[in-house]
Amino acid sequence: MEALVALVIGTLTACGVYLTLRGQTFPVVLGLTFLSYAVNLFIFVMGRLAVGMPPVISSVASGYTDPLPQALVLTAIVISFGMTAFVIVLALKARAELGNDHVDGLNREEDAPR
Amino acid sequence: MNSLASHLPILPVLLPLLAGIVLLALRNAPSGLQRGLALAATLALIPLAGALLAAAGSDGPLVYRLGDWEAPFGIVLVADRLAAWMLMVTALVAAFALLHAFRGTDTAGRHFHVLYQLQLFGLNGAFLTGDLFNLFVFFEILLLASYGLLLHGGGRLRVKAGLHFVVINLVGSTLFLFAVSTLYGVTGTLNMADLAVKLAQTPPENLALVETAGLLLFGVFALKAALLPLHLWLPAAYGQTSAPVAALFAIMTKVGAYSILRIYSLMFGADGGPVANLLAGWLMPLALATLAIGMLGAVAAPTLRQQIAYLVVSSVGTLLAAFALASTEGIAAGLYYLPHTTLGTAAAFLLADPIVRARGAHVDRLESGPPMPGAPVLGALFFIAAIALAGLPPLSGFLGKFMLLRAALESPWLDWVWGVVLTAGLVGVIALARSGSLLFYRTLSSDENLPVPRATDWLPAAALLGTLLGMTVWAGPLARYADATAVQLLTPQTYIDAVLGPRP
Repeated sequence: MEALVALVIGTLTACGVYLTLRGQTFPVVLGLTFLSYAVNLFIFVMGRLAVGMPPVISSVASGYTDPLPQALVLTAIVISFGMTAFVIVLALKARAELGNDHVDGLNREEDAPR
Repeated sequence: MNSLASHLPILPVLLPLLAGIVLLALRNAPSGLQRGLALAATLALIPLAGALLAAAGSDGPLVYRLGDWEAPFGIVLVADRLAAWMLMVTALVAAFALLHAFRGTDTAGRHFHVLYQLQLFGLNGAFLTGDLFNLFVFFEILLLASYGLLLHGGGRLRVKAGLHFVVINLVGSTLFLFAVSTLYGVTGTLNMADLAVKLAQTPPENLALVETAGLLLFGVFALKAALLPLHLWLPAAYGQTSAPVAALFAIMTKVGAYSILRIYSLMFGADGGPVANLLAGWLMPLALATLAIGMLGAVAAPTLRQQIAYLVVSSVGTLLAAFALASTEGIAAGLYYLPHTTLGTAAAFLLADPIVRARGAHVDRLESGPPMPGAPVLGALFFIAAIALAGLPPLSGFLGKFMLLRAALESPWLDWVWGVVLTAGLVGVIALARSGSLLFYRTLSSDENLPVPRATDWLPAAALLGTLLGMTVWAGPLARYADATAVQLLTPQTYIDAVLGPRP
């Protein structure tokens, strides 16, 4: 299972890095989303992988899984969700104001410092 | 201790948060009421920071346990000398930048005051927190507020610069999370003092993981501090935004510098066992290169505000070069230079605003324009700001650089530090002299009717320059405080004992 999870995180990160380096804003936003998925999974498994273990103390438990990464990942998910919403709105605004969806926008003549 | 005084460390975090919430509720109130509230909340940070400076100076680090959960299980706020010092700089810059915003920036869009208070909430929290994940959360708060402030007022170039700023910082946040969770995976703790203890006992098989996480963390902080080669976002973002926001952002790069100083003195410092001095050999060359590139950028900048933004980059280089010396004198020099450069660049950004306004269609392009109305006042202030930014005597920039050069005497980097700092100083003088003469002397005759700047346009900038004068006059006590701060930073055991309690 460790290998599978590592593979998933690696693939998500690779896709995220590739898409973030693209020239249009939409792939960049998608790339940031992939990166945040990857890091959320990464935080989660930093508490070690355990199947069927309770995170809180119980009298019948044979072992425990670390509850802290689950709390951390919740915070990280909320933050990355808010950031994604913001960057989508910003990308739309940039599309409207700059006239195209390239990350550098359309360079108009009046923008260049003379 | 059940008095209000025991809650002192959390007040600089709570006050802007509450003020931000109240201002959000009052968003349709008359702007006078909003301004009054925002100003009261911002000015109140100055005495709070002063009280913390005094308390941290006399009693050692103040530790505030949130919910009274014991460290390392709960989150702690730690107000040591460094944190109080940073809070004071933030409070001063924020107050004057806000006063400048009252001349119109704050009404250019809604929610300016809310975002401003939340930005202060994030900044103060980042300086006070003693928990690595909490540091990430406060970084996100201050960044989200800064995205809003950066875009405040709108405009095509601002949106373009803002998009780059947001995307690069989101990538930075992702890397931050990777680094923090790797450290958690290895050590099982997030409390910085506890991390310092655990990292010093890193078993050899985990050493590579810890070093990777530590250097990844450095990459993130270098991005926030605009260290070479991660500085490219800064000139566009700072050069395009409104003057009060750019002035407030002068403190943002210092958050990165602060984090580098805190993390790499506490967790990866000389007492770090197997991970000791992780940054040795990395920080100094990068800092000197940043200083050089920043100054070259200042010479080549086509507009005044971009020039000041490049001076921010070079000031980060000077600051981190001082921290990279890793000696008491070096860190003390950096700590004295930090408020100077923050207040100085903030004043320059505020001053650029009336200059832009007085030049009509030429805005802040560095080219000959019509004679400026109010040129004697603006020119005199520009001259003082230029002296401060170039680090010439008699202002505090010179003292800071002098302390840095003297601290470098015993360092193996002596030749490099002296060579780069002195040459960069000369280049800075040339750059600023060129812009000064282009803006104020080599004017073209024109019958353009330009508005005469009012006193309120330049008073906040003048007041900020006045604080630099104060820093020069009281250089002795300030340098002593910085010295004691450096001693405290280089003995991380004080911090660890304060947070975790004295242990065998």
